[in-house]
Amino acid sequence: MTEHFVFLLQLVIAGVAVGAVYSLMALGFVLIYKASTVVNFGPGELVLFGAYVAWATILNMKLSLAVALPLTLVVAILLGLIIERGVLRPLIGEPIISVIMVTFGVASVVRGVLNMTWGSDTRPFPALFASEPFRIGPIPISPVHVWSFVTVVLLLAAFSLFFKFSLLGTAMRATADNQQVAQSLGVSVKGIFALSWCIATVVSALGGIILGSVRGGVDFSLADYGLKIFPVVILGGLDSVAGVLIGGVMIGVLENLSGGYLDPVFGGGVKEVAPFVVLVVILMIRPYGLFGRVDVERV
Amino acid sequence: MQCGDFRVSYGSDERIFETRLPVVGVVVLLAALAFVPLFAGTYWLDVLNRIGIAIIGAIGLNILVGFTGQISIGHAAFLAVGAYATAILGSKAGLPFWLALPLAGVLTSLFGLVFGVPSLRLKGLYLAIATLAAHFITTYGIIHWESMTNGVLGFNVTPASVFGRPLDSDERVFYLIYALVIPAVLFAKNLFRTRVGRAFIAVRDRDVAASVIGVSLYRYKLLAFVISSFYAGVAGGLMAYHSRIVFPDAFTLLVAIDYLAMIIIGGMGSIIGSIYGAVFMTLLPEVLKLGATSLTGVYPNAFGLIASARDIVFGLAIIFFLMYEPMGLARIWERFRSYWKLWPYAY
Repeated sequence: MTEHFVFLLQLVIAGVAVGAVYSLMALGFVLIYKASTVVNFGPGELVLFGAYVAWATILNMKLSLAVALPLTLVVAILLGLIIERGVLRPLIGEPIISVIMVTFGVASVVRGVLNMTWGSDTRPFPALFASEPFRIGPIPISPVHVWSFVTVVLLLAAFSLFFKFSLLGTAMRATADNQQVAQSLGVSVKGIFALSWCIATVVSALGGIILGSVRGGVDFSLADYGLKIFPVVILGGLDSVAGVLIGGVMIGVLENLSGGYLDPVFGGGVKEVAPFVVLVVILMIRPYGLFGRVDVERV
Repeated sequence: MQCGDFRVSYGSDERIFETRLPVVGVVVLLAALAFVPLFAGTYWLDVLNRIGIAIIGAIGLNILVGFTGQISIGHAAFLAVGAYATAILGSKAGLPFWLALPLAGVLTSLFGLVFGVPSLRLKGLYLAIATLAAHFITTYGIIHWESMTNGVLGFNVTPASVFGRPLDSDERVFYLIYALVIPAVLFAKNLFRTRVGRAFIAVRDRDVAASVIGVSLYRYKLLAFVISSFYAGVAGGLMAYHSRIVFPDAFTLLVAIDYLAMIIIGGMGSIIGSIYGAVFMTLLPEVLKLGATSLTGVYPNAFGLIASARDIVFGLAIIFFLMYEPMGLARIWERFRSYWKLWPYAY
């Protein structure tokens, strides 16, 4: 195998790993959108929240991982409940600009509270996975990537089983399909909205923890990863759970490849902007994405 | 006795001032503004200048979002294009400000035209996401077109000059800014008394119905983007002349959100609301700063918390207004006024 090919494979592997984390964060976004047609424009802050709470419980309060992790998720669920009950529920049925802006408002409050409580310095984050790279043939692979990918795939598999077979999951799918029919069959639609926010905050928190341990530290730039989910969800389809995994991996690989091959040409930073270029292109030719429902409102 | 909204002619419906008193009020306010630089300190002049710039920018965004219903999260990109165009035309090409500023406005309009093309195919949240992407692409372009923009560092802007006198102090820029705020407000106010403005509102209220009665969606959506980005271009240019430096970090996504917050808090689809919102959002951090200064005696750390306190108050203000007064400060003022006008009757 040539050196060139190894470089390519390395980029793809790292891209798949980071893309898997995008998928996880995008799952929360898609669930909220499917259940309540609310677009969360502050996904990054939810990621940040999870990462900071995890940091606080593991390193600051020195709890063991087995306690800290569930504790973080419980706090994340509380955040989801507060956001849904306190802010989104009173705005059900309001114009889309209101809902978009209110999620910006929530994100701003979350960021402010985090900043006020823990400050904005970079915090070291415990490495949850072994860091010594191993080799498959000539390709060095870092276990962090493998573990984060496996974790994400397991989580996504667990969630799809949940949606497929559990009563609550079925109720969520019913709500996404048709709110009125679901309500007439006894599904608490508002309860489903709340549940979708809780799942969103939980998966974002998990995404934050994984990203934190991959990067070895958390700071406010972690929130920028949250914005990467927009290309992911548009590519995969705004209301498609399957699209989330494929879209996430594709965007992850794409940004790594464009970073690896185009950075020398354009002088850096291509990685950050390439997903958004793809986003615009997809919006113009296929706004419902790869797997989304095709009844997107067109002008 | 007249009550509520009582009009008997189109003339009275279109009137800008319903009574004589506000006319007097505006004249007094303008006269007062003309003398402000004589006795206001640099600090308050700086705040006033930023308010003036924010007013122009917020009116521009309100024309697009509040009146035409095209959600844009890309306003910071418009401002950036305007600021950089002014700075490059004024400092590198050496044009005088009275050429650089309008040219920057025109360039930003052309940019807005391109920006607006997705609106012909997308609306609502898809348009919002498209403009979000366009913001990042624009920022990337600005940072990486180093020969023109000097990358992340930015560059210094030669101050505007009138008759050979450089506008290099806050009080001199003040007159430049407010000399542009007045026509900006007047133009916007009058725009919505014309065919074009009413077409914008029709597009916002129900695009299909608008196109059925002969409003060309294609034309008016793009026109809204053009007018809105012209305002943003001028506001951005004034930013460049005000701070006399341009750099990419002055135009982050948070700036776009700030402007959206201005029109939400001030009142969507209201010119006077844009002004209230601009004043509110510019004063908010200053008030927090004052509060923190007075608290330092009791709580020495207060100053370090300003940034996060601003985020929290800002977010809460957005949430509060959307939940309790989606029409913003403009409506609050209206209600307050009509309450006293009709008192002691309920309506």
